[in-house]
Amino acid sequence: MSATTSDPRLAPTRQAPKQRMQLSWTDPRFRNLVWQALVLAIIVAVIWYLVGNTRHNLEARHIATGFGFLESTSGIPIGEQMIPYTSGASTYLRALTEGVLNTLKVAIVGVILSTILGTIIGVGRLSPNWLLAKITAVYVEVIRDIPVLLQLLFWYVLLQGLPAPKASIRLGSAVFLSNRGIKVPLLVWEDAHTWALVAFAVAIVLTFLWRRRVHRQRDLTGTAPKVWPVALALLIGLPVIVWAIFGAPLTIDMPQLHGFNFSGGGTITPEYGALTLGLVIYTSAFIAEIVRSGIQAVAQGQWEASQALGLHRGQTLNLVVLPQALRVIIPPMTSEYLSLAKNSSLAVAIGYQDIVSIASTILNQTGQAIEGIAIIMLVYLTISLSISLFMNWYNAHIALVGR
Amino acid sequence: MSQTNEAPEAAIVLDRVNKWYGAMHVLRDVSITIGKGERVVVCGPSGSGKSTTIRCINRLEEHQQGRIVVDGTELTNDTRALDTIRREVGMVFQSFNLFPHLTILENCTLAPIQVRKMPKAEAEELAMSYLRRVKIPEQAKKYPLQLSGGQQQRVAIARALCMKPKIMLFDEPTSALDPEMIKEVLDTMVGLAETGMTMVCVTHEMGFARQVANRVVFMDRGEVVESGTPHEMFENPQTERLQTFLSQILRGH
Amino acid sequence: MSGQTATIIGTASAAREQPPASLVGPWAWARRNLFGSWWSSAVTILLGYLIVRWAWGFIDWAVINAVWSVPVASNPLDTAAPCRQMAGVGACWAVIGDKWRFILFGRYPYDQQWRPALCILLFIALYGVSANRAFWRKELLYIWVATLAVIAFLMWGGVLGMDYVAQDQWGGLPITLILATFGLAFAFPLAVVVALGRRSTQLPAVKFLCVGYVELIRGVPLISLLFMASVMFPLFMPEGLNPDKLLRAQIAIILFAAAYLAEVVRGGLQSLPKGQYEAADALGLSYWQKTLKIILPQALRMVIPPLVNNFISFFKDTSLVLIIGIFDLLTAGKVAMADPTWTGFSTEIYLVLAAIYFVFCYAMSHYSRSLERKFSRARNR
Repeated sequence: MSATTSDPRLAPTRQAPKQRMQLSWTDPRFRNLVWQALVLAIIVAVIWYLVGNTRHNLEARHIATGFGFLESTSGIPIGEQMIPYTSGASTYLRALTEGVLNTLKVAIVGVILSTILGTIIGVGRLSPNWLLAKITAVYVEVIRDIPVLLQLLFWYVLLQGLPAPKASIRLGSAVFLSNRGIKVPLLVWEDAHTWALVAFAVAIVLTFLWRRRVHRQRDLTGTAPKVWPVALALLIGLPVIVWAIFGAPLTIDMPQLHGFNFSGGGTITPEYGALTLGLVIYTSAFIAEIVRSGIQAVAQGQWEASQALGLHRGQTLNLVVLPQALRVIIPPMTSEYLSLAKNSSLAVAIGYQDIVSIASTILNQTGQAIEGIAIIMLVYLTISLSISLFMNWYNAHIALVGR
Repeated sequence: MSQTNEAPEAAIVLDRVNKWYGAMHVLRDVSITIGKGERVVVCGPSGSGKSTTIRCINRLEEHQQGRIVVDGTELTNDTRALDTIRREVGMVFQSFNLFPHLTILENCTLAPIQVRKMPKAEAEELAMSYLRRVKIPEQAKKYPLQLSGGQQQRVAIARALCMKPKIMLFDEPTSALDPEMIKEVLDTMVGLAETGMTMVCVTHEMGFARQVANRVVFMDRGEVVESGTPHEMFENPQTERLQTFLSQILRGH
Repeated sequence: MSGQTATIIGTASAAREQPPASLVGPWAWARRNLFGSWWSSAVTILLGYLIVRWAWGFIDWAVINAVWSVPVASNPLDTAAPCRQMAGVGACWAVIGDKWRFILFGRYPYDQQWRPALCILLFIALYGVSANRAFWRKELLYIWVATLAVIAFLMWGGVLGMDYVAQDQWGGLPITLILATFGLAFAFPLAVVVALGRRSTQLPAVKFLCVGYVELIRGVPLISLLFMASVMFPLFMPEGLNPDKLLRAQIAIILFAAAYLAEVVRGGLQSLPKGQYEAADALGLSYWQKTLKIILPQALRMVIPPLVNNFISFFKDTSLVLIIGIFDLLTAGKVAMADPTWTGFSTEIYLVLAAIYFVFCYAMSHYSRSLERKFSRARNR
């Protein structure tokens, strides 16, 4: 409206004066201060009272306090180990670390698998194929309306009900299903594989650089080579070459049945299997709904407008629909990931040794309930916060790209 | 409550009022004195501070420097002063702001019952008399969203009047209305002016200003640029800024 | 709205000229929706095959080969013998016939089980009344208080000639309903206070407390709160005062639910236009007059659909009390499975439990969706 560059309202010559509070009940700021002081006083008094009771009770029951017990030797046998641990020799701290790692193992795998399954089902619900749309709808409805704990228990019973190793079900030549879990072939890890992984990471970085170069070239000249052939070559070729340079080792440890049990190979225990399966199935139903509503939230007009501009289907999806859909999808997706991580604590009901299970065993052995629960809460708060931060970062990134 | 020695006939005194939003100095030494029974129209381009000014009068916005005296009561941090002023000052908003969960009648009786502690029957009688005055007594049992925009705004005027205010503030009361409904609201306001009510009105309706205003105040960029009778202002604008504004308004109509 | 227009146009043109036969009828429908492309056809055939196979297998197991009842055997361990013969081939519904009262009512005295049964009906009636928009008035509050009080009387007894039944004998579905419903009833007022506190810019200390409470509870799993209730609460209490286990779990669920509901209520408060606050201020209403008469009546109405969705979650989450050994529906089912007479028939019991949970949750989610549609239609009008 006023095109003059110097707006007198922005002149820094005068600034708002500070206002002083009056010590009178009719000054709202004083009144607010009094209310807040009152609330805080009540809270402090309640906490004081509870702490007093607790100290008295702890003394009466001869329960130690503090985190000194972390250094003492733990007698908890742990079946599922990510780091070396010996019952009767390792410390409680190490047992708890094991628990945290087991929780993460479920949460991370669960998040990835439920995202994949949920996306497939969510897209299936929008399929023009009536049968597919109906079946996925029924899946979502049924799974969502049954408590996750019941589902976990059910899967656990089912996996435990598998035949003994001797009569195990074979899938293909090297996968065995039995009541000891699922036996799968395992790659014997060597240096070459580590280097191949490093090469893969380098390839990802190179792909990004290449993509940026191509985009810059397109901005300058209008034409540019395609991104994906080079990206594909980098992502596959580089790791393979590095692996070959190191002698292309490929030893696979096959599970073998010896008498009543297996040797070799890797194991997915019934506990881990049931927990992951149950969480993935449960969470995927919620993710499917999020994906569906996210895609539907992008108005039909956007498809039409973009196609009218001459963009074809892939470009429309990539440049117009997905950026908008993702912005709708990501916030609710974050809370699904959070609830999956929190639901992994139900491990304790089927005997998978996650952090809750191990901390509650320690709590029972030492009687130090407060410390045990504080540890559980701290671990989950950290996990929740990390997921939130990561998803917020990702969301900001998406929002920027989308703009 | 601080009684002051302002001229007793002044209903509202704004004395070098300043307000900042962060570093943005949105009201700069605004001084306006409005006498009892006076009808003042405040106009100006958008972002000129005219809405902020009248919202400071009943403290929907807080001013940070200068004095505001309403009906002899200075507006300070004292809650008693604020309660008094809000009881005496009625306000009508651009977007009506009727309470959608209450009937028209309940909208009108809520504040008299809650704030003025009026018996319910008396409040309803009063509300019906004002609804008759704004010519929609038959809608009393309906809910706001069942009414047209013009009707809603007339209810909003009646609701404010039910508090028997000494002063009425209008914040662009016709800007959210379809053209065919503007007239019914303006007619109501003209009728109100004829009763001798002190009125401060932010509006672009120059016809209304000509017809009822004793005085027009032109604001731009947070300050009062010019003020005078409608005739002086519209026929003989002194400043370039007012000339520009008037030509834009007229072109727009 | 648009659907209506479309049908009107549709019938009008249909009257004038019939569409070609290739566009109507079941064959045309199937061609469009099942065999639209070769890809779609392949999906249809594959899914059709799997459905027929699995559905047949399930019917075979659950109906045709199922054992519906068993004769009473002299040795209780032999009761299930007819079922064991069909193990893996047919379902054993006889276990439900034998155990259904235990699953529904737990260890509540057998001859008094009409009382929890009546409570279940009262709960269902309460939900039904609350779902009816005609009852969304202040009176609904009294209905809730009265119904919950009657339920408490029925469960405890000790008056009107009913025997007193201690809390540790309660079990089954009433516990699930009690935990969820009492949880909601007590969490809701707390949630409103916390949501208002979180919105108060004037009281930063109160706001900080409310944010801290909500974020702390939402950041940890319910199970950690239940553990806290079962092992930490007793430490907090003065000596000699030891609240019942069920009550402690109920408190944990209330604290848990309140944090989630507070966020729902906050959403409702945020969605109110600023003008509503300003109009109330301009009329001279005080903070509490404004909040109680203007803000909450509107905000709470708006949050009913998400509120129902939250209630569904709490309803399912109450099953977690199994882990701290409270006798809810799921625990009753688990205990029934452990009966030596009926070991090995847990699948049947799980299916029945799942069906009970499903019926409640599906009814509520169906209701919440229809409400959401109504609300959005009202907004678009």
